[in-house]
Amino acid sequence: MELTEFIIKTITILVVFVLTLVIAMYSTWGERKVAGFIQDRMGPNRAGPGGLLQPLADAGKMFFKEDFIPALANKWLFISGPSLAMLTALLASAVIPFGSTFRYGGVEVVLQGVESNIGILYVFGVVALGVYGIMIGGWASNNKFSLLGAIRAASQNISYEVAMGLSLIAILMMSSSLSLGDIVAQQHGGNWNIFYQPLGFIIFLTCSFAECNRVPFDLPECETELVGGYHTEYGSMKLGFYLFAEYINMFVSSAIISVLYFGGYNYPGMDWVYNQLTASLGTTTGHNIATLIGTGVFFGKALFFIFFYMWVRWTLPRFRYDQLMNLGWKKLIPLAIFNIIITGASVLFLKPFITALLK
Amino acid sequence: MQLTNRSKQVSNKEMTLMERAYIPAIATGLAITLKHFFAKKVTIQYPEVKRYLGPVFRGRHILKRDAEGRERCTACGLCAVACPAEAISMVAAEREKGEETLYREEKYAAVYEVNMLRCIFCGLCEEACPKQAVYLRHDEFIPVFNDRNQVIWGKDLLVEDMNNRYTREAWTKEEAHILDAKRANGEVTNVVPRAIP
Repeated sequence: MELTEFIIKTITILVVFVLTLVIAMYSTWGERKVAGFIQDRMGPNRAGPGGLLQPLADAGKMFFKEDFIPALANKWLFISGPSLAMLTALLASAVIPFGSTFRYGGVEVVLQGVESNIGILYVFGVVALGVYGIMIGGWASNNKFSLLGAIRAASQNISYEVAMGLSLIAILMMSSSLSLGDIVAQQHGGNWNIFYQPLGFIIFLTCSFAECNRVPFDLPECETELVGGYHTEYGSMKLGFYLFAEYINMFVSSAIISVLYFGGYNYPGMDWVYNQLTASLGTTTGHNIATLIGTGVFFGKALFFIFFYMWVRWTLPRFRYDQLMNLGWKKLIPLAIFNIIITGASVLFLKPFITALLK
Repeated sequence: MQLTNRSKQVSNKEMTLMERAYIPAIATGLAITLKHFFAKKVTIQYPEVKRYLGPVFRGRHILKRDAEGRERCTACGLCAVACPAEAISMVAAEREKGEETLYREEKYAAVYEVNMLRCIFCGLCEEACPKQAVYLRHDEFIPVFNDRNQVIWGKDLLVEDMNNRYTREAWTKEEAHILDAKRANGEVTNVVPRAIP
C-alpha cells in the first residue's frame, strides 16, 4: 500500500509538473497572440499552424545563444538566480487541487500534487521565496541597473504581500481552513467566494499582478529607466528561465485565484451532471468523467485569468514607483483591513441573523 | 490661437471619488482593447497575399514587343543617358534581311543589360523612351539575389513573353490620373488591362 501510494503520488506530481510547464510554454505564445490581436495584428503565425511551434523555436534560439557570464559577476550566484526563480515558481503548483478524485481499481486518487492542511500558507511561503531568485540574480550581475531592478522587485513584493495576506484572511475567516482542497469543496453549489468577497478579490487580483511583476506593476524590468532591470546582464537560457518563471508564476496565481474565489473545479449544475453520468455509466466511469469535466472547467478558469493578465498588460500603462508604493500601503492595506472587519462582523452578526430569519 | 478643434483644456481640478477609484477607468480601457481584440486585422499575409500597388507602380523592367511580336527597342540609348544611376548599357546592331518579324525598326539592341544593384527604379528610362519600349512593371518586383550572376539582367529576362503578355490598366501617367480621379469620385470604372500602349 505504501508503495502504490508513492507511485500514484509520483505520477500525479509529474503530471502536475509537466502540465505547468506546458501551460507556461504556451502562455508565451498566447501572450504574443493576444498582444497581436489587441493591436489589430495577427501575432506569430509562421512556425507551424497558427504559430503553435513558436515556443519550441524560441526555446531553441535561447539554448543556442552564447551562455555569457560577465567577468566581474559572482559566478555561482549569477547561475543560481534564474535557477531559484524557476524552482520556486514550479514548487507552488504542487498544492493546487486540479479536480476532485479519480477512482481506479478501488483506489481513490486526489487530483492534487500534495494534499496539505496548510496549502495556502505553503503557497505564500514559496511565492515569497520567489523574490530571492530575482534579488540574487540582480545582485550577482554586478550592475547598478540590475541591482536597482532587483531592489524594486524585492520591496514591491514585500509591500504587496502584506495586502495580499490581509485580503486572504477574510477568505480564511469564512472557510476556517487553510487547506486549498477544503476551500474549494466549501464553494460547492454556486457558493463561490467572489460573491461574498468582491472587495477582497479586487485586492487579491491587484496584489497578484504585483507579485508576478506584471504590467502595470512591472517596475523591476522597467526598460525606460533600468535598461532591462534585474535581467539586464542575462542572456541565453538563463534569461529564458527568468522569463519562463514569470509565466509559471502567472499560471500558478491564476490557478490560485480560481481556487480561492471562483470555486476551482466547481461549476453550476455540477450535481445534476454527476448524477446523470453515474446513473448512465456506473459509479466508477461516471465519477471519473465528472471529475475530468471539473478539471476542464478548472483549467478554463485558470486560462481565462492568464488571458486577463495579458489583456491588462496590453491595456494599462506602467505605474510610477511612488504611485505603486502609495497604492500598496495607503490604499490596499487599509481596504484589506476594512474588508476583514466587515467580513468578521458579517460572520458574527449577519449570518446568525439571516439563518434565524430563514427558519 | 486655436489650430485644431481636437485640443483639450488642461484642468487641475480635484478628481472625483469615481475617478480616484481607478477601476471604472480600467474597465473602459479593457473594453476598448477587447473591441480591438475582435476587430478585423489589418495585416496582409505578404508572400501569399499581395496588395495591388496601383497601375503605375515601378517594379522590374520589361522590354515590350508590339502587337505582331516585334521588339520595339531601337537601341537609341536615350534610356541609358537618362538613367541617373547609369544602370543601363546596350549594344546596337543592324537588322538583317529576314529579321523583319523580330525587330520593328531597322536598328535593334543586340545586348540590353540593366544592373539591378544600381537601378533605383526612378522610371526615367520609361519616360525617356521614344519608342515606348522600356517599362517598369507594376505587378512584379526584382527577386532577392543569391549570386553575383543574378545581378545583371540581360535580354533573356527583360524581353516580353508573347504567351504571357504584360497588361496594364493605364500606360501613361495621364491615363492613370484620370482613372484615379474617377475612382476617388466613386465612379464605376471597368477598364480591361491591355497589353499594348
